[in-house]
Amino acid sequence: MTADVILRTRDVAKRFGKFNALNGVSAEFRRNVITSIIGPNGAGKSTYFNLLCGVLRPSSGTVEFEGRDVTGMPQHRFAHMGVVKSYQITTVFPQLCAHENVRLAAQARVTTFDMWRPRASLKSLIETADRVLERVGLADRRDRPAGLLAHGEQRALEIGIALASEPKLLLLDEPTAGMSPQETREVMDLIVSLAAERTIILVEHKMKLVLGVSERLIVLHHGELLAEGAPDDIRRNETVKRVYLGHRGH
Amino acid sequence: MTVDNVVALRPSEPARGWLSLARRRRAWLASLLLILFPLIVPFKALAAQILVYGLYALGLNLLFGYLGLLSFGHAALFGVGAYFCGIAVATFGLPWWAGIGLGIFGGTLAAALIGALAIRTRGIYFAMVTLALAQCVYYLFYEEAGWTGGESGLTGVDVKTIDLFGVSFNFVDPLVHYYVICAFVVAALFALSRILASPFGAVIEGVRENEARARASGIDVSRVRLVTFIVSGAFCGLAGALLSLNLSIVSIETLNYETSGLAVMMCLLGGMGTFFGPFVGAALFLLLENIVSLYTVHWQLIVGAAFVACVLFFPRGVWGTLMQGLEK
Repeated sequence: MTADVILRTRDVAKRFGKFNALNGVSAEFRRNVITSIIGPNGAGKSTYFNLLCGVLRPSSGTVEFEGRDVTGMPQHRFAHMGVVKSYQITTVFPQLCAHENVRLAAQARVTTFDMWRPRASLKSLIETADRVLERVGLADRRDRPAGLLAHGEQRALEIGIALASEPKLLLLDEPTAGMSPQETREVMDLIVSLAAERTIILVEHKMKLVLGVSERLIVLHHGELLAEGAPDDIRRNETVKRVYLGHRGH
Repeated sequence: MTVDNVVALRPSEPARGWLSLARRRRAWLASLLLILFPLIVPFKALAAQILVYGLYALGLNLLFGYLGLLSFGHAALFGVGAYFCGIAVATFGLPWWAGIGLGIFGGTLAAALIGALAIRTRGIYFAMVTLALAQCVYYLFYEEAGWTGGESGLTGVDVKTIDLFGVSFNFVDPLVHYYVICAFVVAALFALSRILASPFGAVIEGVRENEARARASGIDVSRVRLVTFIVSGAFCGLAGALLSLNLSIVSIETLNYETSGLAVMMCLLGGMGTFFGPFVGAALFLLLENIVSLYTVHWQLIVGAAFVACVLFFPRGVWGTLMQGLEK
């Protein structure tokens, strides 16, 4: 089954000063399925997530992507390998139009320092951006500055920006945060449809939301791996129940 | 420092019709304005100074306005360009075009050295480190009086005629003088327009808009900063070279921190991140300085008050506010 594993962490830990945010988590992520990282607030989800995509460097332990040790690589290199993250808070390029947001992300894989050609001459990138906008349902918002889009649209655009890099592994940090139930359904549908072609790792604290769509779940609690397995196992797991009951309200 | 810390820029609707056409033809329009400029302004020598300082502010604008990185050390790039050109022409008797080439090289070199050291820091620390390094350059040039003339400056950067494409221009004639300098500034405008429209231009916008997002998309933000700093240095180096040819001397004040502040002020006055803003800022500042100083020795007081008023009432600069008004 090792061939199926795209990303693996071995005993990764992260300390911020004296605070241990994460205590030696070892886990595997399988290719082309959705794996969700869940846990109550303060469980270390975001820290773990940021270690997976190179935003943070682990204090100890290793991260392996496709069998290669990628621990401590700068974040932009992760993107070039095909590991792309999207953010918990909405972060787009607000003054650029929706199309340029996506086109720029697609361009980053091809060229950064080309100063002399017009950017319009890179036609394939323009087509990629149009295809991605179509995919995330923003084709009719093509020329609108991203900062003027509705909240749900901005979240969809964010996923579009991530998709433009044609990632093998897409990491999404609470992609439905602050959304209406209607918007949440739409985005979850989009995410499920994307999983057919690529690996997705979701971070979420609303367990209900991800139980139905994930093939595997990783439960963190107090910076440690509490449980790992299929949704049914997690649903029946007594420790997980206790932790979540202790944090009622989600 | 991000742009938003200085001026809160709200996203605006895309321009339509003739304004969008004007934006695509910005280099042509800006050049046209500069070509017509001496016909409106009676002081030809001042007009040439405005060109030179406008180009210098344009160099800073690429870094400050377009990338969102504030440097307080651009005098070093400008001044080294001026001294390289001046020494080439005055000391080694090289032709004017070699002086300009060396000026661009000097600005680029200074930018590469200062940039490589300063780029590790962020925000206000970046501004401070560039300021400190530029002061080092100032003292280096001040001490090396054998080369630079030290306190009294470098004299004898005399170019009487400019030979271009078989035609000999009388560089002493004020109007010819202006248009020779203008030719280089126009070339710089077209180069800048091209860079802004290129894939790298898109990267610059992206880094300014959202650094974290740019990094997550695979952009090496530190390299982008350094490269932009160096390109900015090339423009400032050219401006410095033109300054030395324009005045026939290079004074040590060119390297002073006040000169760094001047470029920041001109950018803010005209409108940072706008294509033509730096020239408007340079024109406003130098015209004010020249006119007010005719009447009072306390001209800095008046110019300072005018600057404060501009920043308060035209938060996007005079040109930036004008452009914004046209879009509505």
